[in-house]
Amino acid sequence: MKCGVVVSPGSNCDHDVYHVLKHVLGQETRFLWHRDSSLGGCDLVVVPGGFSYGDYLRAGALAALSPAMAAVRRHAEAGGLVLGICNGFQILLEAGLLPGAMLRNRTLRFECRQLFLRVERDDLPFTSRYRAGQVLRMPIAHAEGNYVAEDEELDRLEAAGEVVFRYVGPDGEVDEEWNVNGSARAIAAVCNRAGNVLGMMPHPERCAEEILGNIDGLDLFASILDHVGQRSQKAGLEVAQ
Amino acid sequence: MSGEEASPRSVSPRANEPTVDEALAKAHGLSDEEYERLIGILGRTPTYTELGITSSLWSEHCSYKSSKVYLREFPTTGPQVLHGPGENAGVVDIGDGWVAAFKVESHNHPSYIEPYQGAATGVGGILRDVFTMGARPVACMDSLSFGEIDAPRMKYLVDGVVRGIGDYGNCVGIPTLGGETRFHKSYNGNILVNAFALGIARHDRILTAKASGAGNPVLYVGSRTGRDGIHGATMASESFGEDSEAKRPTVQVGDPFAEKLLLEACLDAARCDAVVALQDMGAAGLTSSAFEMAGRGGTGIRLNLESESVRNHAFGVARTDGGGGQAGPP
Repeated sequence: MKCGVVVSPGSNCDHDVYHVLKHVLGQETRFLWHRDSSLGGCDLVVVPGGFSYGDYLRAGALAALSPAMAAVRRHAEAGGLVLGICNGFQILLEAGLLPGAMLRNRTLRFECRQLFLRVERDDLPFTSRYRAGQVLRMPIAHAEGNYVAEDEELDRLEAAGEVVFRYVGPDGEVDEEWNVNGSARAIAAVCNRAGNVLGMMPHPERCAEEILGNIDGLDLFASILDHVGQRSQKAGLEVAQ
Repeated sequence: MSGEEASPRSVSPRANEPTVDEALAKAHGLSDEEYERLIGILGRTPTYTELGITSSLWSEHCSYKSSKVYLREFPTTGPQVLHGPGENAGVVDIGDGWVAAFKVESHNHPSYIEPYQGAATGVGGILRDVFTMGARPVACMDSLSFGEIDAPRMKYLVDGVVRGIGDYGNCVGIPTLGGETRFHKSYNGNILVNAFALGIARHDRILTAKASGAGNPVLYVGSRTGRDGIHGATMASESFGEDSEAKRPTVQVGDPFAEKLLLEACLDAARCDAVVALQDMGAAGLTSSAFEMAGRGGTGIRLNLESESVRNHAFGVARTDGGGGQAGPP
């Protein structure tokens, strides 16, 4: 699998994602500079966390207009896989690749802690190694992760199955106490209609190695690898025939 | 135009600068004895600019004049110690070709005056000390001592300090891994905010602040010096009176985004051979960092205060978050 990690001025989780893809999963991975207008044939593009362009104006607002993001948009429209994590999620929202927006956390503070996520869908390229209803432990670290959208939009998201992860208590039930940023309907991650673009506030790259004491995030990347592997195998067969 | 040949020691005050006298020296934090000594060294009354520079360099913050006697008690040498006191940060060999660079520094006074920016720029300052050694910062820690929680302003101070540390670390992307917090009435009037940063680097990539060699250009890089943080070092060395609120402008305002860019730029610079020395622009701005860097290398720097970039008096004595200096071969 060929992976690209978009680096904007202020990105600061780029090395973490690169490490997981390249060293933990052994995949061909490269950094994509924000001024690059080509993704170099990547199967997966990750828009990592950080403070792209200082998050001036609004979180992700400036990065959404970079040449690299224009290429990411073309990649997404062509069915390529896009994963936005934390600030990357905010950028995907600003770029209009995913619906909704972010407000400051309801605590009005930077929240950095381990939370529980319930897997809502296990039929996506990002979640095939999980089971629907499974409870994962993943860290968050953000000040603006309070997901909002119009009620009708939220209803549509729910009906279309575009809610991928939800903040829950340890028992897997939605509990406002565990929804620390105050997200509408405890939404932690959403995908687009086609299911090839995923945005999430929690950090799977920070829990993808035994040495970190938690590998709940590893299966997200492994799912993508499975998907791309199967797809290229299928493509290979077609060529052979 | 006067026909007189200027003697090396005669300096005419620049236009619109206040005349220096004992009262102004006192307002700059110099004791009577220190002011006398300054006049003795110069052989005349200092100019306003010279007074500003001296008050910064002779402040406790920059010179450790009253704490040096205690700091000397610490062990500073050993087989693993590559750089002890005198550099931006200490460096020890941790084996396998790797070194650890680390430092702890207080930001007590700024944090008491303006807790959010004071604590945030405490983190910023300590990170600069680590990455100007060519090391990538990987962890922060803090030691915080607050007064009783019901003491005046204390909830405001705790809230601001904690948010300042968290927000700054989040923005530059360096985790705060731990620390200690205590509450005791002895800190009611003077909280302690100590920030620690740890970085790692390959052994052969460590840079120092020893700018040897003549004729090297000095690059002053980082965020722009603003109107904040002027006389920050002097403020940080004073005792508190009733006027601490009035001193808020002496606390620098953090710019973690600029610092993150500076971090990556310095580490990139450290990977090429063009940089002779790297030095954090700390509390006293250009006046201490530029000359310290040259002094360590056994050379000197002629700083033209009339030039465009240092024209403002403030530039000589402002502390700017996200500022760093580099010296490279021409």
